[in-house]
Amino acid sequence: MDGHYVSNKLMLSAVAGKFSFGTNLKQRRGFATNMETIQTDIAIIGAGGAGLRAAIAVAEADPSLKIALVSKVYPMRSHTCAAEGGAAGAIKAEDSLEHHFNDTVGGGDWLSDQDAVEYFVKEAPRELVQLEHWGCPWNREPDGSVAVRPFGGMDIKRTWFAADKSGFHILHTLYQTSLQYPSIKFYDEFYATDLLVDDGHCQGLTAIEMRSGRMHHFRARAVIIAGGGAGRMFPFNTNGSIKTGDGMALAYRAGVPLKDMEFVQYHPTGLPNTGILLTEGCRGEGGILVNANGRRYLQDYGLGPETPVGKLVLKTMELGPRDRLSQAFFHEQQKGNTVKTPWGDCVYLDMRHLGEKLIDERLPFVRELATSYLGVDPVKEMVPVRPVVHYMMGGIHTDIRAATPIGGLFAAGECACVSINGANRLGSNSLTEILVFGKRAALSAIEHLQSATHTVNDAALTAQAQAAQDRIRTLFLRPVGNESISGMRREMMDTMELNAGIYRTGEGLADASTKLAELRRRYAEGVSLHDKTNVYNTDLLQALELGSMLDCAEALVASALARKESRGAHQRLDFTGRDDVNYLKHSLAYYHPSEPPRLDYSAVSITKSQPGVRNYSGNKK
Amino acid sequence: MTERSIDLDVLRYNPETDSEPYWQRYSVPHHDEWVVLDALNHVKDNIDPTLNYRWSCHMAVCGSCGMMINGKPMLACKTFMRDFENLIRVEPLAHFPIERDLVTVMDDFVSKLARVKPYLIPKQHKPVEEGEYRQTPAELNRFKQYSMCINCMLCYSACPEYALIPKFIGPAAITLAHRYNLDSRDGGRDEREEVVASGEGVWECTFVGACSEACPKHVDPAGALQQAKIASTIDWFKEHLTSWLNK
Repeated sequence: MDGHYVSNKLMLSAVAGKFSFGTNLKQRRGFATNMETIQTDIAIIGAGGAGLRAAIAVAEADPSLKIALVSKVYPMRSHTCAAEGGAAGAIKAEDSLEHHFNDTVGGGDWLSDQDAVEYFVKEAPRELVQLEHWGCPWNREPDGSVAVRPFGGMDIKRTWFAADKSGFHILHTLYQTSLQYPSIKFYDEFYATDLLVDDGHCQGLTAIEMRSGRMHHFRARAVIIAGGGAGRMFPFNTNGSIKTGDGMALAYRAGVPLKDMEFVQYHPTGLPNTGILLTEGCRGEGGILVNANGRRYLQDYGLGPETPVGKLVLKTMELGPRDRLSQAFFHEQQKGNTVKTPWGDCVYLDMRHLGEKLIDERLPFVRELATSYLGVDPVKEMVPVRPVVHYMMGGIHTDIRAATPIGGLFAAGECACVSINGANRLGSNSLTEILVFGKRAALSAIEHLQSATHTVNDAALTAQAQAAQDRIRTLFLRPVGNESISGMRREMMDTMELNAGIYRTGEGLADASTKLAELRRRYAEGVSLHDKTNVYNTDLLQALELGSMLDCAEALVASALARKESRGAHQRLDFTGRDDVNYLKHSLAYYHPSEPPRLDYSAVSITKSQPGVRNYSGNKK
Repeated sequence: MTERSIDLDVLRYNPETDSEPYWQRYSVPHHDEWVVLDALNHVKDNIDPTLNYRWSCHMAVCGSCGMMINGKPMLACKTFMRDFENLIRVEPLAHFPIERDLVTVMDDFVSKLARVKPYLIPKQHKPVEEGEYRQTPAELNRFKQYSMCINCMLCYSACPEYALIPKFIGPAAITLAHRYNLDSRDGGRDEREEVVASGEGVWECTFVGACSEACPKHVDPAGALQQAKIASTIDWFKEHLTSWLNK
């Protein structure tokens, strides 16, 4: 037998000892009943880019504050690591905050809150420099200054990048930096199940420690949610398996509305067999998109005229915004101009003219991914790609201070909707957003601690924690039924793909609404566990994640059905125009445990840019 | 159409119910473009919901899904089924305690990462308002490779020294310390040397090179460790020789 097996076996005794499972195994089966209470000042849910940035900001501002960083995965596993292209911040002499503002607001089809965008573009350069001071290996110009690359929808090069692993380097830089602060306590592999809200204030949360299966009751004076997106609602996506909308669902169930959930970003260039992302940087470096006939089809969708291959013209053709490019694909598919592949219809991303040297220097990960997972080397061949679900513009409703309507509850990153992204996010704004608003959430939470005067009702909070535990225990006690978690998840994904994709209709969305209501009912009545043990129970984890996704999906579909216009990433075949008279407003979906959400709307903040025409034609420049 | 299938043997262990690990065999479809992780997901979704393993990105960057595959430490998301004929055998990463099934206890690794002070300790403090530190592409290239580690821990599973001497800081953590030591902006090497040059640090490494062979991101920890040894030796000579010369 191999040495490592022996070694694993030897360590087992240590494991068993560590968790003290020896006494009465049978009694311990079923959900553990004892609960541990942890007192902290600020609890942060999620340890990706936004959560880590928030934790560091608290630790720097006041080392005496206790921070509990609660994450369902180890921080370096967070999906920030998969972001490739870079982070936008105006720093070069030819750039300005004004330009970044205008690109972002126009890119968002005027649904972005302009006061938030002003704050965002102003803070962006500072945050990116801060990251540089923490060691982030940004690419450099020969003179040693930070290099920038072009990105879609931006009229000036302003995307800071670390080759094509920008998110990876940002995440690891933040994680490693966070290790120097003793006030940050890591609760890795703790799955948050409920927020504890009393007297209008969020005062903690409950979370299951995966290693033991024990519920933990976190008492906190403020809570920041930084739980990431929810792209796994869809079958074909760039997201890691962890991106199941848990943070959004936590806030939603506690009474915070989910805002603008109908706006789902399709990234135009995913590998067709796996959904693996090929960064917009491919086009930023000069890659082009062609259809089955070899035509650069984007020129036929208001993104022309055709630009010379190898010569970049910003904010047009392949450097248009993601919503427009993904929509152009749909039309090419309707016309029969796409390429048939075993994994569905595709177009080609052609990078051959960039040459091996540039690809290896600036897009090495893209080459590795395309070669390994699809068997296509972009240096030598065109890569078949198709649009893939990538990012949620919508999320937890917050104001410009990253504060939700519940006192002491804040949110930042993809799970939140401030909104700077409006109806369509520009590539490379989200990595900057996690920094700017991660820090902002931390500062707001600290301000809250200084001003809050509410009373702590021990009995009420303990009762809520107990109820959260009971809800999980119900799952353990329920006999195994006919419903499978993977089966219901598949049904949800299929209905989302069919009815809530790049182009939508009222009829399709109504079907999806009916289907989701049915799934939520079946889930509430029939979801059960095959695994009724405590240690690292991913059967339980997947059941809870499915619950999160179903709630988010219902908010998404309800908001999409009610928005009878086409704006940014929300395109209705039955309402094709943008309607500023009726829909220049944010959708707000309020949770209901057994019925579709109640919808409301709120005004868009417009400070200096009146809604206009999004022009990505090279002609008008 | 008949679908080709292949046997997937998985080492199972649940501390609540099992006194020791055991093998469980599943029959899974054999697709050329599937990776081993796809096979595990097939089992989880269709055959056995009680199977447990870590995964997320499915693109070899989050570092979650390291496991022993036919005896070698590999990422399940980057190991293709087409490379196996009759049997795929997966076990938890060697040299780490098993938490449950293919999930290992990571505490030792995580605490070692923190111990080497893997963050920039600036040579000169510079306020953020004054902009970025200058760093030429050549200076960046000195450490860039060593910043690529995804913390997948395959190198610890490959390392025979770590198996023998669990207190060995190990390849990834020492490489990370080396990454910061080589950074033109950093002045923290002396602080890190207290750990890296200690009895638990570089001198435990006997340069087998298995870590670099196992590394899925070509970080070359073995190279980093040898460079760190040389630097540490030069330190020793400088310290002892200069004090002798000054006598």
